[in-house]
Amino acid sequence: MIELKGLRKQFGDAVVLDGIDLTIEKGEIVVIIGPSGTGKSTLLRCVNFLEQPTAGEITVGDLTVDVNRASKKDILSLRQQTAFVFQNYALFANKTALQNIAERLLVVDRWPKAKAYERAREILRRIGLEDKADAYPASMSGGQQQRVGIGRAMAAGAEVILFDEPTSSLDPEWVEEVLALMKQLAAERQTMMLVTHEMSFARDVADRVIFIDDGRIVEQGPPSEIFYHPKDPRTRDFLQKILASHQA
Amino acid sequence: MGALDVDYMLGLVPVLLGYLPLTLQLASLGMVLALILACLFAVIRVQRIPVLNQFTVVFISFFRGTPLLVQLFLFYYGLPQLFSALTVIDGITATIMGLTMHFSAYMAESIRAAIVGVDRSQTEAALSIGMTNSQLMRRIILPQATRVALPTLMNYFIDMIKATSLAFTLGVTELMGATQKEASGSFLYFEAFIVAAIMYWIVVEMLSWLQGNLETRLNKAYSR
Repeated sequence: MIELKGLRKQFGDAVVLDGIDLTIEKGEIVVIIGPSGTGKSTLLRCVNFLEQPTAGEITVGDLTVDVNRASKKDILSLRQQTAFVFQNYALFANKTALQNIAERLLVVDRWPKAKAYERAREILRRIGLEDKADAYPASMSGGQQQRVGIGRAMAAGAEVILFDEPTSSLDPEWVEEVLALMKQLAAERQTMMLVTHEMSFARDVADRVIFIDDGRIVEQGPPSEIFYHPKDPRTRDFLQKILASHQA
Repeated sequence: MGALDVDYMLGLVPVLLGYLPLTLQLASLGMVLALILACLFAVIRVQRIPVLNQFTVVFISFFRGTPLLVQLFLFYYGLPQLFSALTVIDGITATIMGLTMHFSAYMAESIRAAIVGVDRSQTEAALSIGMTNSQLMRRIILPQATRVALPTLMNYFIDMIKATSLAFTLGVTELMGATQKEASGSFLYFEAFIVAAIMYWIVVEMLSWLQGNLETRLNKAYSR
């Protein structure tokens, strides 16, 4: 379970997150949508302290952290209980696909080598990249890199996987295979918190869609409600623009 | 112009070869120590560790800003004068100290630049899986920075091999010191020094070859 209470983030005077309250149940798939520059990515990055939040409380699993009193150890445990999938994949450039997935198990969880690599191979099978075990990121397509990125996040056995626009950097030809993998994870009820512009994915897969504007949650609900019967004019406006651009 | 005494030159080769190991030892030991120190300095500079950072800035500035020969004389003649306990510093020790500190100053800057050049996303990815700062450095940043810094570091190593010749001014009989002695006995200066020069040259060429191989290996991960 993930719980955010009064989460705030300021960059200097600019308020990016203005008190976010949010609870995500185990196995829930939550998609965050909203205009660009409204703090969607910042919200994800605050959950694992890639950005230091300005105020609020974060609970992941059985660990609750007041962001202003978070010790180094708290931050490490938050990161160990979450996993992150980056827009630009961010695979370790000096490591093979297999090593990228095993790295966390070896270094952070201190698994014995044989066990870590066995688990990493199992994940490579699940993401359909067994034949790329010894390939370095530079030699893989964007879609393959992002699948390994997701594989790396799966290795953790994390409470929640945070996806930050996982398909936005991909050439259109690779988007489908990455979305397919994410759907597979969703079907396994892996708790997921996603920022994405893939509205059809949100509509088909999400349990809940959250619309954020100006650093606040404007509206949230099941996709059928948000997409077809939005209550707030800002949500309606945003969706119209998005749908118009998709039809164009 | 007199003819070159080729027989003398050929006879000198085995004699001088006997001193080459000391030259190589000075350079290798100096390089290993300088690398360790330089990595330390670079990490201190990148992470802006208070106090140590300021110390490192001054250290690097001094050892880059003064001639190596002056530094060697400071270690060999100067320090024992101030601290009588330091009279135990012999020429070889003083040379290794001088080479280490002088070259670590240069190498720290190129390692620092290489570290800073590693893409920010690598750091974020490592932190996101729960790595500590030192795990991040050791497993992700330094290996990637090494590849970038390698050509420059090898150049410094080559420079250092040649700089060991200054040890003869501290009375160390390495390749240069031995050549100097041989030449002043035979008065065949050109013959003696050209043999020494060719020996340095061959060693450096072998290193350049090694550098090429190393670069190919380190680039393996980055080729499409």
